[in-house]
Amino acid sequence: MNESMTAQTQEGKRGFLKFVLSGSLLALAGSIFYPIFAYLKPPKSGEVEVSSVKAGKVNEIEKDSGKIVKFGTKPVILLRTAGDELRAFSATCTHLDCTVQYKKEMGLIWCACHNGKYDMNGRNVSGPPPRPLDEYRVVVQGDEIIISKKA
Amino acid sequence: MKKPLWKRIYTWVDERVTLEDLVTFLGKKYVPLHRHSIWYYFGGVSLFLFIIQVVTGILLLLYYKGGEELAFESVQFLMAKVHFGWLIRSIHSWAANLFILAGMIHMFSVYFGKAYRKPREMTWLTGMLMFFLAMGFGFSGYLLPWNELAFFATKVGTDIAGVVPFFGKSIMEFLRGGEDVTGATLSRFFGFHVAVFPGIFTLLLGIHLILVQRQGMSEPIEDGVNDAHTRKTMPFFPNFLLRDLLLWLIVLNLIAILAVFFPWELGKKADLFASAPAGIKPEWYFLFMFQTLKYLPAQLWIIDGEIFGIMVFGVAGLLWMLVPFWDRKSSKGERSRRINYLGVIAVMYIIILTILGWTS
Repeated sequence: MNESMTAQTQEGKRGFLKFVLSGSLLALAGSIFYPIFAYLKPPKSGEVEVSSVKAGKVNEIEKDSGKIVKFGTKPVILLRTAGDELRAFSATCTHLDCTVQYKKEMGLIWCACHNGKYDMNGRNVSGPPPRPLDEYRVVVQGDEIIISKKA
Repeated sequence: MKKPLWKRIYTWVDERVTLEDLVTFLGKKYVPLHRHSIWYYFGGVSLFLFIIQVVTGILLLLYYKGGEELAFESVQFLMAKVHFGWLIRSIHSWAANLFILAGMIHMFSVYFGKAYRKPREMTWLTGMLMFFLAMGFGFSGYLLPWNELAFFATKVGTDIAGVVPFFGKSIMEFLRGGEDVTGATLSRFFGFHVAVFPGIFTLLLGIHLILVQRQGMSEPIEDGVNDAHTRKTMPFFPNFLLRDLLLWLIVLNLIAILAVFFPWELGKKADLFASAPAGIKPEWYFLFMFQTLKYLPAQLWIIDGEIFGIMVFGVAGLLWMLVPFWDRKSSKGERSRRINYLGVIAVMYIIILTILGWTS
């Protein structure tokens, strides 16, 4: 065997070792960091998704007023308009996640955080909100108000 | 005659680790004197306020309980029943705000003095990182009493993180510990506030202080040209140190006055199903950004106004942090007016928008 052959085999061996070593280092890093990153991501909560809720009796909510109702883990705003109509919208402002309220003086749905305004149909009419509020269906069974998701 | 105790202790340590170098170093340390020397004190004041935060923070930890059902109640108990509980909490809140203020003054004075220029780039970088961490401390600590204002501030703040392109949603869920701000968020913020941030901060502070000791104080470019004979200095030990301590004492008194006469309120407990109260505002140091977002229209050209605003602040913050690397003039010892104008614009913008946010 001449010298250049030896150098070549040496080079080959070194390359192989480099490959094996860096490969295993990478695998080690992966096996450490993958579980950590996976751990940081919160699991989906096991709560059952709600499709409808009871929101109390009709006579419990005054005309021309609104109230927040728990819809599973999300707040929903139930409105009884001056014209005696019941409406429900998602109470989560489409701007930055604050909870909206009914503002009697303005006859509007209002968000205190950044002065966003929605009309009585949930349409964003003024301020920073980029989208209208999602509407929910309201049904009255007997005197019980039932709010459900729109299909 | 026997030597006094402190001397014997000193000798005991000196025999083992040789304190001589350190003593000579302290004796030779000088602080340059010029018309801008006053600004040298603000780093020290920030350090003092940080120490107050560590001490009062540890005291608060003795009574604080985490969790949606316990956090608010435990702070209420602390303030009503624990001896001086109200005082410790009030000091922690006031010192937190003054800490940010002192850090800001320190940062702007370093900026206008171009003290970040070569060879002090790393000092500036660690300082900026500490400043961002301080804001993180403020944001995470604000939630811990679990009151109404904090709850909505956290909702808004974390939702803003959610508009970052691509990773936004993951960042938001990571911060919140889920899709919404809940008790899970409180647990995470508590962990950030009392473990993660202090750990990183202490490391950065150590580097920052060692660099300051190694390199000494920076001098303004125009004054630096003075030759060694006309240059006035003051020994660090004890002259400057004593002045430092006097100022710390004044700051401590200021905090005591603020904490006693303007005690920090607790407010109402957070209700996940209540509307956001009117007049909701973030802490003053976030106000200029908050106010800017209010002025931006929902849609700006092809992107959301929000995303635009946040990206502009992000890029501006990054450029600010990297100023030693693009301000070539100062590094060469030349005066650079452009940097001054930029700084003045930034300060004016922050002040005006903060006032507008405050009064609106």
